[in-house]
Amino acid sequence: MGNIFKLAARNLFRYKRRTMLTSMLITLGVVAVLLFISISGSFKSLMIGQITDSMLGHIQIHKKGYLASVDSLPLNRNLTGKQIDKVVQVLGEENAVEAYSMRIRLGAMFSNFTETTNIRLNAVTPTDEMKTAPLLTERILEGEQDGLLKPGELLIPELIAKGMKVKVGDGIVLVANNKDGSVNGQNFMVRGILEGISGPGGRDGMVHIDDAKALLRIGAAEVSEIAIRLKDIDQLQGVYASLQQNLGGMQNQQGQPVFEVHTWEAISPFFNIAKMIDLMTFFIKIMLVAIVLVSIMNVMIMAVYERINEIGTISAIGTLPSKILGLFVVEGFLMGVLGTAVGTIISLVSIAVMNATQISFDFGRQTGLLLSPTIGANDVILVVVIVIAIAVIASLQPAWKASKMDPITALKHV
Amino acid sequence: MSVIVAKQLTKTYVTGDIKVEAIRGVDFSIEPASFVSFIGPSGSGKSTLLNMIGCLDPPTAGLLEVVGQEITNLNRQDAARFRGEHIGFVFQDFNLIPVLTVFENVEYPLQMVQSWPKEKRRERVQEMLEAVGMGDQGNKYPSQISGGQKQRVAVARALVTNAKLVLADEPTANLDRETATMVIDLMKKMRDEYQTTFVFSTHDPRIVDNVEITFELEDGTLHRHETSAGGGHG
Ligand SMILES: Nc1ncnc2c1ncn2[C@@H]1O[C@H](COP(=O)(O)OP(=O)(O)OP(=O)(O)O)[C@@H](O)[C@H]1O
Ligand SMILES: [Mg+2]
Repeated sequence: MGNIFKLAARNLFRYKRRTMLTSMLITLGVVAVLLFISISGSFKSLMIGQITDSMLGHIQIHKKGYLASVDSLPLNRNLTGKQIDKVVQVLGEENAVEAYSMRIRLGAMFSNFTETTNIRLNAVTPTDEMKTAPLLTERILEGEQDGLLKPGELLIPELIAKGMKVKVGDGIVLVANNKDGSVNGQNFMVRGILEGISGPGGRDGMVHIDDAKALLRIGAAEVSEIAIRLKDIDQLQGVYASLQQNLGGMQNQQGQPVFEVHTWEAISPFFNIAKMIDLMTFFIKIMLVAIVLVSIMNVMIMAVYERINEIGTISAIGTLPSKILGLFVVEGFLMGVLGTAVGTIISLVSIAVMNATQISFDFGRQTGLLLSPTIGANDVILVVVIVIAIAVIASLQPAWKASKMDPITALKHV
Repeated sequence: MSVIVAKQLTKTYVTGDIKVEAIRGVDFSIEPASFVSFIGPSGSGKSTLLNMIGCLDPPTAGLLEVVGQEITNLNRQDAARFRGEHIGFVFQDFNLIPVLTVFENVEYPLQMVQSWPKEKRRERVQEMLEAVGMGDQGNKYPSQISGGQKQRVAVARALVTNAKLVLADEPTANLDRETATMVIDLMKKMRDEYQTTFVFSTHDPRIVDNVEITFELEDGTLHRHETSAGGGHG
């Protein structure tokens, strides 16, 4: 076997430039794929982290039908005390749950005493909310981040701060309609300005849940949504399935389902972007396969054609067809290995360099996001195996042709 | 026992409607350690005959036995095995593998065809290189040696496996007169030393002076001559 490799390597070395060019093409393809996987992957997980950790949580539970009418923030589709107890009980049994936060979501009139506008608000218990969305406090651009907020305080979205010319420390009035239609108003102090992020709820303000209950004259326990954070996002599908089974299947006396359970994927439009990225990764891999296939096959067809006479010679002196096949397949294999090895090294070095130089980028209204590309060993191994396998497959046809050559015809070839 | 026995050996090429009778039912036998040439004008069927003996081209009809084996109906794989085991080839264009050194070229049949162990292989290759007077050129590549030297290396490669029969189709056609004679003399010396049967073809009557047995081919038929150079069968 070693002798086949020696002969194949020598033959590759015979046409240095051609071998180099083909290997470089493969190298280029490998680098493109690995860097794309790495950068898009880290962008994806960064964005998903941003979305889930600063706002959505990983999973949300609502009363059935809430999300369908979330635009109007309906108060008559809140979860009742009994339903909340049920959810709390189920969540208590899920080991994978790190924390959860009860939220009342409401719409209100926002007045700075000269102008009014509409505002959408998320009313939360600060300690629970901070555990469920640990990056939330980092979205507070101006004002104190520590402790999120206290009763009587309000976090307003950037857009309203700009549009209404409201600053931190200003007093404002919120006026809201409760479920029965009666109106109530309350004074708040602007504690901070909340950075807007893309996705649903990304431009909502925030108040303490006790204030919301007072404003809306809610006496009993009542929430619009329960956001859940998992210990590990990889457990998402498992926990989702379990919650779906325990809560999603539950029915009221009329036989209607009571709860709806959604993962962040169903709630955030970024999930579609993430899926697009996966699709692009797939197509780039296909391109790589095509590049390797065409370039190796091209070179191997040429190699066989140029060496017809030699093939005739070794065939005449008794080399078995299987060995001749092996000789050419190994040539393609070695070229694939060479290109892949160089490509992998370049990719890993580039990834290390990118991490060292701390490349930042902007996405939507978010600026200065830090890109820290990583790549998993399994991704690298997969690409390496695919490329080398394709290199072998691409050499099979020319190699097979060489092994089937009639020695007399081959020897006569000039 | 004869090395080669041919009875009513026939080869007909058919291309479309055209039939060429390249060999028309010839009979001959060749004894071990003979030094034999097939001579004849272009198109007389020399290559065709040698290719059949060399198990590269099956006969159309008749019987052909080489080193005691009937080879008329071997498949590709078995034919390759048979060639690798029993027959050495010397070609008109030398046909050394350009990416291998002189040493590695001679080593090739032992390594890629017969898989000898490394130590025995090296010993044998060096022995053969010395025998053809190329003992100190092993590290050169084919492009670095002359045509005559290439053909010596080719003779070493043909003999390295202890082949009982070496076939050479016009081995001197690409060499000048003097070198050609040297190569023929070398082959003869090797025959004496290793008791190998040499069969070669040529259309150059001058070379035949050195040959013991000559078959004259004309239009696919055969006439045998024993020449004065005859030295018996060792
Ligand atoms: N593959 C083939 N198909 C058809 N006809 C062939 C084939 N090979 C040889 N012939 C014919 O058979 C005859 C003998 O050819 P062969 O090559 O054996 O002659 P030769 O004596 O070796 O000639 P040369 O001295 O030119 O090499 C010629 O008429 C040739 O045209
Ligand atoms: Mg000929």
